[in-house]
Amino acid sequence: MQNCRSTGEVTESMANPDDRKYTKQHEWCKVEGNTVTVGVTDYAQKALTDIVFVELPKLGTKVEREKPMCVLESVKNVSDIFAPVSGEVVEVNTELLSTPELVNKEPFGRGWIAKIKLADEKELHALMDSKQYDAFVEEEERK
Amino acid sequence: MPQKTPFHAMHERLRAKLTDFHGWLLPLYYRTPIAEHNAVRQQAGLFDTSHMGVIQVEGKDAEKLLQMLIARDISGMRPGQMRLAVLCNENGGILDDLTVYKFGEEKFWLVVNSVPYENDFNWVKEHAAGMDVKISGLREKTAKLDLQGRKAEAVLQKLVQGNLNEIGRYNFREVEINGVGCVVSRSGYTGEDGFELYFAAGKAEEMWNALMQAGAGFNLQPCGLAARDMLRLEAGMLLHGQDIDAKHSLLLCHYEKMVGWDKEFIGKRALLKQREQGVKEKLVGFELLERGIARNACRILKKGEEIGVVTSGTFSPTLKKGIGLGYIGKEFSAAGTEFEIEIRGKAVKAKVAKLPFYRRGD
Repeated sequence: MQNCRSTGEVTESMANPDDRKYTKQHEWCKVEGNTVTVGVTDYAQKALTDIVFVELPKLGTKVEREKPMCVLESVKNVSDIFAPVSGEVVEVNTELLSTPELVNKEPFGRGWIAKIKLADEKELHALMDSKQYDAFVEEEERK
Repeated sequence: MPQKTPFHAMHERLRAKLTDFHGWLLPLYYRTPIAEHNAVRQQAGLFDTSHMGVIQVEGKDAEKLLQMLIARDISGMRPGQMRLAVLCNENGGILDDLTVYKFGEEKFWLVVNSVPYENDFNWVKEHAAGMDVKISGLREKTAKLDLQGRKAEAVLQKLVQGNLNEIGRYNFREVEINGVGCVVSRSGYTGEDGFELYFAAGKAEEMWNALMQAGAGFNLQPCGLAARDMLRLEAGMLLHGQDIDAKHSLLLCHYEKMVGWDKEFIGKRALLKQREQGVKEKLVGFELLERGIARNACRILKKGEEIGVVTSGTFSPTLKKGIGLGYIGKEFSAAGTEFEIEIRGKAVKAKVAKLPFYRRGD
């Protein structure tokens, strides 16, 4: 996620689940076989504030690691979401078209964005686990 | 370094997300913009608006001076009334939109926007030369809070003697709240019922706490600029420096209706000429017919040709769609006229909408 900064949100933070991997742009991805489910983290949704529109990637699109994959639009601004891994978009969360607020409410669950068929398994090694991501977020917040 | 309002320490304690708003460090939001927007539409919200400026005009020639400066006839105003008004330059461009408070025959306040405050002050002062008036800038010593929402009266009533019911819309009174002298007007920038409160800057935290405490039973929420912008746009209210400015004539926007053509004022000659020749563009409201949010400076197109430009745009939580304001060729300005707005390279369908987008149901 682009231009992600701490919001000073008073509400409790959600824990970053340890069943998935994380990027420095605050996306998460959950690997099942050779398919990766992608979403944004709780930290990201708070920084974005209220999501009001989601532009989903098209099915079948080939996405490239760290290149814009889709767009989340909040009241405040428009943010590119980057593909955490390269591959083909095989499923998108169409529920977000009518209820974009799911990204805010359940970032790690029903607010998932897309599923990508992994092109190169080695790309996963570059991602952080939840403990590394916790530390990364803590570092970001101190900035 | 951006300036801080007397509520700054309070915002920090509340862990507000702060933003540099044209040189002022102000809360963008405390929780989320939509939660705060909804608080105002459903219950009540409290805004720090101390960046706005108060210019006091006192003296025998006070009304004479203001009549010359503002493009609205205020001769019929009674003490205790306020009016929306416009300060024009010689070309009929809008130097600022403001509210005039009449305390008495020889005492007025101009409550002006934060950015043009110094310019306004100098403009008023220059034109007061040779007149029997005293001009004072009160921004430094004044704190301002806007208490807005359908529960605003109920909240404030807990702190004020006498019946707030008696203060009509765009009227004001001087009252005491916990022993602090306040000017309270029934007005605001949200399209809801509510009040603007002015008091000594030194009493800022005391007043904030008193209001928040009084509002506890009404779910009163501190609100930031992000909610304020959605609320004012839904209400069809203009933002100086964005929707209107010195480069755009007063006649292009709906302030045209408030012009006092029967009196003399700065800019009248230019405006008369423009009125005679007819204007070429209008500031209109629009709503998007497809998903998206138009933002400031987006181009407005018809069959690929540019016919206008967006000045303000947002997502309306009430209407659940993109809304906004923009200048558009006069021939396209009738309600219902369809066109496209270019949003990140894509043409998104939109149409001219009647203002306001939202009107509260009393």
